[in-house]
Amino acid sequence: MSAPHTRAALTRGTVVLDAERCKGCGLCIPACRPNVLAMGSITNAAGFNLPELRPGCTGCMACAEICPDFALEVWKFAEPIVMDTPGVDADGDKADGEV
Amino acid sequence: MTTVDIHAAPDRDARRVVGFKPDLLQSSEHDLCPGCGHPIAWRLVLDSLVELELSHRTILIAGHGCYTQMMRIADLDSLQCLHGRAPAVATGVKRMVPGTAVVTLQGDGDMVSEGLHEVLHAAARGENVTALLFNNGVFGDTGGHMTATTVIGQRTKTSLDGREAAEHGYPIDVAKLLTQIEGAAYVARGAVNTPGMIARTKRMIRRALELQMAGAGFTFVEVLTMCPTGWFVPTADGPEYLEDSMMETFGIGELKAPPPAD
Amino acid sequence: MAPRLMQGSDAVADAAILAGCRFFTGYPMLPFTELLENMAKKLPHAGGVCINAESEIEAINMALGAAATGARAATGSCGQGVSLMQEGIAELALNELPLVVFNMARGQQDYFQSTRGGGWGDYRTITLAPKDIPEAVVHTQLLFYLADRYRTPVILYGDYVIAHTSVGIELEKLDFGPLDSKESWALDGTMSGTGRARQIWTWARGKPNTPGPGPSQAWETIAEKYAEIERTEQRFETYRAEDADTLVVSFGTTAIFVDRVVDELREEGLSIGSFRPITLWPFPAVGLAEATKGCSRVLVYELNAGQMVDDVRMYAEDRSVIRSIGGVSQDSSGMRQGDLLNADEVRARIRRAVAEPAPSRA
Repeated sequence: MSAPHTRAALTRGTVVLDAERCKGCGLCIPACRPNVLAMGSITNAAGFNLPELRPGCTGCMACAEICPDFALEVWKFAEPIVMDTPGVDADGDKADGEV
Repeated sequence: MTTVDIHAAPDRDARRVVGFKPDLLQSSEHDLCPGCGHPIAWRLVLDSLVELELSHRTILIAGHGCYTQMMRIADLDSLQCLHGRAPAVATGVKRMVPGTAVVTLQGDGDMVSEGLHEVLHAAARGENVTALLFNNGVFGDTGGHMTATTVIGQRTKTSLDGREAAEHGYPIDVAKLLTQIEGAAYVARGAVNTPGMIARTKRMIRRALELQMAGAGFTFVEVLTMCPTGWFVPTADGPEYLEDSMMETFGIGELKAPPPAD
Repeated sequence: MAPRLMQGSDAVADAAILAGCRFFTGYPMLPFTELLENMAKKLPHAGGVCINAESEIEAINMALGAAATGARAATGSCGQGVSLMQEGIAELALNELPLVVFNMARGQQDYFQSTRGGGWGDYRTITLAPKDIPEAVVHTQLLFYLADRYRTPVILYGDYVIAHTSVGIELEKLDFGPLDSKESWALDGTMSGTGRARQIWTWARGKPNTPGPGPSQAWETIAEKYAEIERTEQRFETYRAEDADTLVVSFGTTAIFVDRVVDELREEGLSIGSFRPITLWPFPAVGLAEATKGCSRVLVYELNAGQMVDDVRMYAEDRSVIRSIGGVSQDSSGMRQGDLLNADEVRARIRRAVAEPAPSRA
């Protein structure tokens, strides 16, 4: 398991998820090179769990390429930004009081 | 909010680097299992066709299997043919419309069990078609039965305790057989279980199509794909299972290729 | 083209090329082999492709592929090889693809195979059984037309006599009328990437942008088509049958022997004529019912253990007694047209049948 996220991450891009196409297979998660995808607890209408994205996306497209359901779209920012993850401490764990 | 919103396009200056759906899909909706490797490989084929400017001059011939759905959603002039016969059908097609890119799509049950005869003879004749084998070592569409590429130890509904050589015989490596046939110009095997493998496999598919259009002879790309349903493994374990089981028997790489043009 | 002596296989090959055949494939098997040889020699010069297939299964599937592009294509074998093609023939029928299949048969034991079919599903194959080489040459061209007109595989039921004997013949190109364009369904790759790509698939579900009617409707369409063919394409020939009390039914080259014996027996005062189905399917039911109206006896002379006689029983006038007087014809070559393809044998069997008292009908 790679190192957990730091609180602030240089983020070059992002993804958009077509929630109704997603079948919760989870292939995108180990495929993600910067390891910023994780399985979430939200489900779509079909009952599949949807993935979640944390700051640090590099726009590498690995997730979109491995998605069997064509449910991911990848964007690259004109300028990389430092994204904070509110409610997450330096070890990547939830800060006290946060759900 | 601990995560980034991924249900809407970004609200900052950004460009889309990959859209949801390849151009040559009429729809991305399909009923294949979660974690199925076939659509991953199919995207590589469709993107390659577009990149090589073959969108308006491709004919697809598909066999019978889960992947037949992918023929249905593809924006390609298509024919579904009898089990195992795609390379023979492709021969008739290509001889009549030789300027067209002719691609066959078969699973391991279709090609290596039922249709071993057809693929070997099409290769021997050096037919200028690209034969694709999406190999997941199982008859997925019928519910998970042993094929000619099921590896030793793999459990299926007809090898419940795992395939055993003494009882079930050995798997056949059709790619290796094809390297022995002179009419086969390009023989390669990739996989879609990791991003690295996906990138390598894309290059193989592109090369095969380029060689077809250059009239080099029979081109063949086998892609190892995940079938967690047929393998009785959890969906997320598909990629690792593919590496541990299938890749041990079926090596990745270009098994036969013409020397690069100067 | 002036008349010249040609072997039947040669003439049929020329007829196919005249009809526009541009793809041919086959696996060598006598008496079909010479047709393959002739096509291998001639078709490339006509701008076509001839492939020596590695099996009959390959052959029918290669031919299907060629037909799917809209080309006029053909294949063939003899009955035992056509057995291997049954799945492919059914697939052509269910996909509504045209193809001409030359069965240069060993005898007449392929009647069931041709008219009932050994493939899966509700389909039929128009089957023409020429009696000689001149008719085979006409039928060959007609079959390419019928295949395209009805979008279905069709069969020429030839045999050793037609394939291997020679006649003086002059071929002419025949025109059977206009045909619809194949553009709406034939695949050439050009509709790929337009959002309206074409698809040939027996499930008939179509693609997302162009949904198809689905399998149930597709079956219905095909069944209606074969019903129409059954109504409109029956073909037959009668010889001296108008006032005949005994009618001999036979098909193919056997009919030549039967007709000669009819003449001889008429000389002896027998009231006899013949009926020859030209289409084995659709069986000329209307013609047979008419021809057997005044007959007390219908004799079926076919070189098999009794196949066409089933259809004769179904359609002949109820008053007639129907007897099978043929049999399996053997010879040392295995071409199944030996001892029974013989006028003396035909005559003897007719005389024996006519001499029998008509059995009482309960």
